[in-house]
Amino acid sequence: MHCFVSGVGVLAAGIEGWAVSEAILAGRVAYAPLPLTPRPPDILPPAERRRVGFSARLAVLVSLEAARAANEPPETLASVFGSSNGDPAVIHAILEALATPEKQVSPTQFHNSVHNAAAGYWGIGTGSRADTTSIGCHDFTFGATMLQAAAEVASQRRAVLACVYDAPMPEPLAALRPTPAPFAAAFVLTPERRKGSVARLALEFAARPARRTGIESEPCLIELMHANPAARSLPLLALLARRRAGVVETACHDGACLTIEVEPCLQV
Amino acid sequence: MTPLAIPAYTATSALGRGLTAMRAALEAGRSGLAPCNFEDVERGYIGRVAGLEDERLPERFAGYDCRNNRLAWAGLSQDDFVPAVIAARERYGPGRVAVVLGTSTSGILSTEHAYRRRNSDGGALPADFDFVRTHDLMSVSQFVRESLGLLGPAITISTACSSSAQSFGRAARLIAAGVVDAAIVGGVDSLCQTTLRGFASLELISPDRCRPCDAERDGISIGEAAGFAILEKPRARWTGLSLLGFGASADAHHMSAPHPGGEGARLAMAAALADAGLHPGQIDYVNLHGTGSRTNDTAEDAALVAVFGPDKPCSSTKGWTGHALGAAGILEMAIAAQALAHGFLPGCLGVTRVDPALRSSVLTENVRRPIRAVLSNSLGFGGNNCSLILGTTT
Repeated sequence: MHCFVSGVGVLAAGIEGWAVSEAILAGRVAYAPLPLTPRPPDILPPAERRRVGFSARLAVLVSLEAARAANEPPETLASVFGSSNGDPAVIHAILEALATPEKQVSPTQFHNSVHNAAAGYWGIGTGSRADTTSIGCHDFTFGATMLQAAAEVASQRRAVLACVYDAPMPEPLAALRPTPAPFAAAFVLTPERRKGSVARLALEFAARPARRTGIESEPCLIELMHANPAARSLPLLALLARRRAGVVETACHDGACLTIEVEPCLQV
Repeated sequence: MTPLAIPAYTATSALGRGLTAMRAALEAGRSGLAPCNFEDVERGYIGRVAGLEDERLPERFAGYDCRNNRLAWAGLSQDDFVPAVIAARERYGPGRVAVVLGTSTSGILSTEHAYRRRNSDGGALPADFDFVRTHDLMSVSQFVRESLGLLGPAITISTACSSSAQSFGRAARLIAAGVVDAAIVGGVDSLCQTTLRGFASLELISPDRCRPCDAERDGISIGEAAGFAILEKPRARWTGLSLLGFGASADAHHMSAPHPGGEGARLAMAAALADAGLHPGQIDYVNLHGTGSRTNDTAEDAALVAVFGPDKPCSSTKGWTGHALGAAGILEMAIAAQALAHGFLPGCLGVTRVDPALRSSVLTENVRRPIRAVLSNSLGFGGNNCSLILGTTT
């Protein structure tokens, strides 16, 4: 399968936006993690701005950045949202409430607890009624999101937004599923090369272990890659930032991987 | 889309384990709903699968033990489903068969129990709680992939109440793109406090058995279910059950209330018809999402009339099974497939008077009639809508 990356969005502590990420990932600017406090996206109506959680903010903000970069109207863009843990702060709050004698669940928290909450806020904010799905695949979430999105591009011959995002895990869940840092990335994948396309990707699922998992970068970026399932996208982002050809292999399950061959689109 | 063969499928719900039990209950007019007796929840009715408390996973999968995976295992063990998977695995190779399953809450019941057993000093969760193999959304897909000896990609879809219906479309596109030749699709959702009390907080639980499409309907009854199907690339001379079309859409309206005019549901049905290359007149029966909430049934009716006009026979089967949430799509796909195979259209159960505000042709009695194509709707929170079209290819 192949497709073109025609728009990118990134959001992490100290990496707010693709322009900043490019400079950091290409090694031109030193990486300095700063606290990330994503604001409620201004495309949401006031009621949703009050309710939208941290995870959905991340997802909507990076998706908007990628759609704008691709010059793709978000209201008609199909989407695949991937997150390992959804909104863990909401899940934690519900679980805590259920452990009290009253067991009162908050209605807003309950509707924010669905895994597709981010996709729901994206639809409400952009007015998009386009085909959309939401997946959760533990450490394979980035690979599964890219695999599904590329299959949608190849089979439907349309542009698809692939968005991965995960928020930090609160305790006590963090002890069992450590996710210390927030991270989100979005890619608009298109069947055809466009004027602003960044790279051509060739993706293949292979029933063998991943060979390369490295990222040529500062140790703190490698640390970030392991600090969040969505940050497994960093090796791909690094190749895109450096305008370099290469192959990214991302582990799927024990003994399986997704290979992503990257060929930069040189601007002529 | 090119039709995809469905050589095997199975469903386990409050109507029993496997298709025979399900059809017997449907034909006998026997609801699977009973007063809620799940842990300390006593509100409304539930559709519970009997015997899960005593279900045991094989020793080597003991780490996956939780209510959701027990239900998955019980579901896999029916209708000679595993031998059919082995045949597909041998035909295509284990790396060419994907697992794409839907769930909304996975094994969160285990996490609820773990939170009640938190260490009083520091609040740590108990050491025997296996988050990754129970709570994590990937748990059920990973468990099914491992237990069936498959090596293709495994993906968990979680779009609330459309999750397992979505699995059909996502797997169909993996097959169309050449990633795999076949996929195990479907899904599993099991009873837990999170959903029983969460829907109660939204005042959506009916105090009685849910009565979709009834004038006096007053909410949903939650159920649990596991169901699976094999989806395969087109086979030569295949004349059996097939997936003919898939459509998905978003409401872009509200997180937990449907678009009042059913705009998203209308788009999903229209997309499925276009995908199948069928016109509305070629659909013989629609299995509604039909939860029994005031707003869902009204909005879905508007969508149905917009697509099909007022004369299309339709019904919701949630009065029989309860709303199996993320597993509703596969459960109702199995009911729709049985309707096709046996020329048997189930009516809505427990309806005294069809809501006069609904304009569709709602079936309130079982009807025997040969049919060729059915459409099944699954509409979820977050405004996620999905329609499947099943039929036989000739």
